[in-house]
Amino acid sequence: MATITVNGESRTFDGDPGTPLLWYLRDIAGLTGTKYGCGQGVCGACTIHLDGAAVRSCMTTVEMANGKTITTIEGLSLDGEHPVQKAWRELSVPQCGFCQAGQIMQAASLLAKNNAPSDTDIAEDMSGNLCRCGCYQRIHAAIRLAAGGV
Amino acid sequence: MLHYLKQEAQKAERKAAPVVIENVSRRKFLGGAVAASGFVLAVRIPDAAALEPLTPYPTGGASMPHGYGNASDPHVFVSIKPDGAVTILAHRSEMGTGVRTSLPMVLADEMEADWSRVSIQQAVGDEPLYGNQDTDGSRSMRHYIQPMRECGAAMRQMLETAAAAKWGVDVALCRAKAHHVVLLDAEKNDTGKKLGFGELAEAAMALPVPARDTLLFKTPAEFNYMRKGETKITDLRNITMGKAVYGADVRLPGMKFAVIARPSVLGSKVKSFDATEAKKMAGVEDIFEMEGVHEVPRKFGQLGGVVVVANTTYAAIIARESLVIEWEQSPNASYNTDAYFKEMSKTAAEPGKVIRNQGDFDAAWKGAKSTFTGEYHMQHLSQAAMEPLCCVARVDGDKAELWAPVQSPYGAREDIAKALGLPIENVTVHVTLLGGGFGRKSKWDFMIEAALVSKKLGGTPVLLQWTREDDIRHGFYHTTSVERIDMAFDDAGKVAGWRHRTVAPSILSTFAPDSGYQFPIEYGMGFVNLPYDIPNLRCENGQALAHTRIGWYRSVSNIPRAFAVQSAVAEAAHMLGKDHKEFLLELIGPDRTLDPKALGFPEDFWHYGDPYESFPIETARLKHVVNLATEKAGWGKPLPKGQALGLAAHLAWHNYVATVVHVDVKEDGTITVPHAVTVMDCGFYVNPERIRSQVEGAAVMGMSQALYSGITFKDGAVEQSNFFDYNIATMANFPKIVDVHIVEPQPGRNAAGVGEPGLPPFAPALANAVFAATGKRVRRMPMGAKVA
Ligand code: FES
Ligand code: FES
Repeated sequence: MATITVNGESRTFDGDPGTPLLWYLRDIAGLTGTKYGCGQGVCGACTIHLDGAAVRSCMTTVEMANGKTITTIEGLSLDGEHPVQKAWRELSVPQCGFCQAGQIMQAASLLAKNNAPSDTDIAEDMSGNLCRCGCYQRIHAAIRLAAGGV
Repeated sequence: MLHYLKQEAQKAERKAAPVVIENVSRRKFLGGAVAASGFVLAVRIPDAAALEPLTPYPTGGASMPHGYGNASDPHVFVSIKPDGAVTILAHRSEMGTGVRTSLPMVLADEMEADWSRVSIQQAVGDEPLYGNQDTDGSRSMRHYIQPMRECGAAMRQMLETAAAAKWGVDVALCRAKAHHVVLLDAEKNDTGKKLGFGELAEAAMALPVPARDTLLFKTPAEFNYMRKGETKITDLRNITMGKAVYGADVRLPGMKFAVIARPSVLGSKVKSFDATEAKKMAGVEDIFEMEGVHEVPRKFGQLGGVVVVANTTYAAIIARESLVIEWEQSPNASYNTDAYFKEMSKTAAEPGKVIRNQGDFDAAWKGAKSTFTGEYHMQHLSQAAMEPLCCVARVDGDKAELWAPVQSPYGAREDIAKALGLPIENVTVHVTLLGGGFGRKSKWDFMIEAALVSKKLGGTPVLLQWTREDDIRHGFYHTTSVERIDMAFDDAGKVAGWRHRTVAPSILSTFAPDSGYQFPIEYGMGFVNLPYDIPNLRCENGQALAHTRIGWYRSVSNIPRAFAVQSAVAEAAHMLGKDHKEFLLELIGPDRTLDPKALGFPEDFWHYGDPYESFPIETARLKHVVNLATEKAGWGKPLPKGQALGLAAHLAWHNYVATVVHVDVKEDGTITVPHAVTVMDCGFYVNPERIRSQVEGAAVMGMSQALYSGITFKDGAVEQSNFFDYNIATMANFPKIVDVHIVEPQPGRNAAGVGEPGLPPFAPALANAVFAATGKRVRRMPMGAKVA
């Protein structure tokens, strides 16, 4: 039995401890904001925060999260007014939007540890989050904009 | 796209309304509106000249399946609650272009609705009612701007008529403005009397729709939302909060999760399978075989295989790994990419089927002072939208209900009804948001699969999930191609002869018996419609049989054509010692409107499905975008070593596009793009902000396919499987700055397609810049991340 705090709520899970958090969150906890894009840790669509650090939920099992705290896109802010979310709207970043929960979670974790990231910092931290629609220019700009407010 | 294929196969967030406000102290005081501060704001009432009649122009939308349906009828597309809340239907699928916002915005603007009081509802698949819903072919704005404007204008006039009846005045004294109808006096000044849209709704909706020729439309100066680019996409807040609903986010009570093990080679069937181990795995509920559609043409028939149903997606995925399946051999197991390129190259060296012939190429070739030959190769591509295919289906008895990220909900509905043996009325297709589409999601094989699984489960709702591996390996791929261009130069160094041979398996092979030859749609994409002033010109098509499912991918055949033609032009300019831009302008030649007949275009020349007269090819527009893009990019400016500019221009979907890419090739050969400029003349346009985002995205996708992405086959099976071997551009290396310039439309220049045309010029512009920076010419896509 694993105990995990998800968006401030304590939950238990007695299924297969090897279940990736992605599928636990989506199919069991019913939190569908976290997306499946590759299942192999190579696209970033499933990015969540585990004890505040960005991780790929498709590569992190329930067992690895036992006793820890998870934040998903649904829990990043109660009202959607996290500076990263605001910057994303200000610059109209999304096209299809599918990758954006992962992008926002990755960007929020980057800014939490480095509130004045250089271009190189941004490129390095964000390069594992793919966007097939190609919103990279705006993602970059939105991180810069949010950096002023984090 | 599909529609044409069917024909061919038979032959073979929100802001308050920015109403115009003026300081009334500078104007005649308008009754009632006195603010305590003494600073008075009033809504200006535009005069009659603010509205104009517009003559409709024909488009291919009318000949799409179910044509325009009732797309101009406000009773179908608009509803207004007594409190004034307006709902507008979006009948096209949202896959990232912004269409779910842009089309309703056109309607809202034309009817004078306040956007902050408009909500958008996604239509189900019902083309007889809404008009065609095939969201592909850069068609949504191109074909639906007119009916949406008509619908909005009609609604506005109905509201004004309802107000006139209430007040017992002439309708000429009633003017809709900002979600109200205001009463004017005889001098056409606002009397201060007004009725809200909500108060008028019931009476307005009871009125007949005014005839098309009585409709008056806003002049561009009166647009509130159109052309402004200030309207946020409707799903923006939900997207940033993880609340937007995509295909796999649909949850039904009792829903199960399924994946399918499909054959690695097209056409191979399950010989036998052993599910003993898989059945023992936790969460697995059922495992069974699904018959595939094996008769050719397969169209969107399911591939067949073994279905695993479980209580979570994960349980289904890992159980699938334990299946032991023996597959039958398929003739397609002979498909090998290297050998296939050799074959295509050989074919391109021989005469092919002549598709366009003008003048005498052979004579020009014989009499040439010098010649150029270039052969350009391109691998298959996978659309690889970030959201893998998925569909929720509930097929309970004689009723079927499906939810999917689908580009063609009605086409899907028709085929699902057939596959289930149900009347179409019993099938409902809901459209979720699409996490990207790029053409793959207008092929509904995945929905048929989901329907069949739910049916087999006796009505249990099921979410059928494709993994990324499934998506990469079981696609409808962009074709692979060899394009060969031969040019003959005369004594003056002018191009006297041009021969273009195209060799590529055709999309048609998916829909009709494969002749190995392409068809008018593929010919119409930058091949037979080359707009250059060359006296002797021949276009030939060599045979290439398909060994995988060929489908459409954003921009389709325009990608290899633009790559070949725009690279060849740059190569020829270099050979002749001419400036590339000047040479390109010389090739385009004098300002003129092309006459397809006189130029030897084929009889069945396909002009993106539209009447030529509505979108004639005007060379001046192409030259203008070339001139503007090069000027904005600083063409000719000195750049440091390893850096250069490259140019390409291409006309597609009636949209004239020129791109200049600035490359910086690093010491280790890594190709980077600090800057790109794209100028687009797309005629009448509505949402410049989303047009820019489309072009920015096209630059990234263009870089992906120019450098990284390629699908290859070995013994009939796709060699790639996920984003670690089917690579796309990342934040580590993407076109850093993309400047987009949209040409202001002249009257009579109708709305062109926008979603696709930004893509084709990027790769050749990049290749041309790499050559200019390094002297190395790359004639294949993908060219690799580094210059060798
Ligand atoms: S789904 Fe986890 S990184 Fe792609
Ligand atoms: S917005 Fe579509 S994948 Fe990023």
